Amino acid sequence: MGELKSASSPSSEFWLGVRDELPLLLGVAPFGMIYGVLAMAASLPLGISQAMSSIVFAGSAQFITVQLLGSGVPLLIIFLTGVVVNLRHALYSASVAPYLQHLSPAWRAGLAYLLTDEAYAVAINHYSDETRPGKHKHWYFLGAGITLWTCWQLSSALGIFVGQVVPADLPLEFTLPLIFIALVVPNLRDRAAAAAAIVAGLVSVLAFGLPYKLGLLLAAAVGMGVGLWLEKK
Amino acid sequence: MPLWLLIIGLGLATFLTRLSFIWLFQHWQPPEWLKRSLRFVPVTVLTAIAIPELLLPGGDWMVPFANPRLIAGVVAILVAWRSRSMLLTILAGMAVLLAASALLL
Repeated sequence: MGELKSASSPSSEFWLGVRDELPLLLGVAPFGMIYGVLAMAASLPLGISQAMSSIVFAGSAQFITVQLLGSGVPLLIIFLTGVVVNLRHALYSASVAPYLQHLSPAWRAGLAYLLTDEAYAVAINHYSDETRPGKHKHWYFLGAGITLWTCWQLSSALGIFVGQVVPADLPLEFTLPLIFIALVVPNLRDRAAAAAAIVAGLVSVLAFGLPYKLGLLLAAAVGMGVGLWLEKK
Repeated sequence: MPLWLLIIGLGLATFLTRLSFIWLFQHWQPPEWLKRSLRFVPVTVLTAIAIPELLLPGGDWMVPFANPRLIAGVVAILVAWRSRSMLLTILAGMAVLLAASALLL
C-alpha cells in the first residue's frame, strides 16, 4: 500500500492485487470455516453447502441463510432476507462503476461476480490511488477477487468436510476491522471525508439494532450526505 | 421451492445487485451530486462495518475501558494514521487486543 512501485502491465497489476488481498484472508478464512460448520449443523447436504459458497459467494447472506434454514423459516422469506442483506453490494457497484466503463461486458460481469466486501475494499483503494495511475487496474481487481474467491471456497470446504481448524481463542476475525481501519484512515485527507466517516461510524452503532444490515446502509447514506454537504460549503 | 432453487435464486439476485450500477452507469449518466457522493462510499461503508466490531463485540455494548476490541481499535487508528502501513496496523491492533484481553480478564 505504501509502496511507490509502478505497476502497469496486466500481469504485474494482477499479482499486486493478489498480494494486497492476502492479509484479508487471515480474517476471511475463519469465517469460511465457521460457515461450513454451521451448514453442517443445519444438516444441509454437502453439495448444496459447497455450491452456495460459489453460487451465492456472499458471507453474511450465507450465514443468515444457513441459520434460517436450521430454524425452518419458509424458503421465500430466506430468499428475500438474503437479497436485503446483500443490498450494500449495490453501493459497491456504484462506487466501482465509473472505473469499469471501458471494459467488455464479460469483464464487467466477471468483476461484478467477484465484488465482495473484502475485494471491494482493496480494489477501490487501488483505483482511487492517484499516485499510481494505470490503465490495467481491472487486472488488480481480478487478482484480488480471485484470491478472495479461492480462499472462500477452500475455507468453506474445510469447515464442511473437516470442521473448524483454527482455534477459536485466537480472534483472527478481528484482523478484518483492523484492515478496514488501515484502508480508511489514510484516505481521510479532507474535512468532508473525515466527517463522512465519523458520522457513518456513529450511525452504524446507533442503528446497529436494525435487522438485515440495514443499519449499515443507513450509516453509509447519512455519511455520504454529510460529506457531500460539507464539500459544497 | 426446493433448496437448490433457493441457492440459484439467491446467487442470481446477489450477482444482479453487484452488477446493478456497473451496468446502469453504462446506459445512464448519473447526476453530478450522485457522482460526487461516490467518493464517500469506501470511507463510510468500511467505517460502518468496522466500528460496530470495536464498540459492540458480538452485538453487545461493552464498557469502553473494559473492552479490549475498542482499545485495540483506537490504537490501530492511531497507528494507521501515523504509519499508513497495513502490516503495522494489523500487528499493533492484534498485539493490543491479545494483551488487553489477557490483562482485563
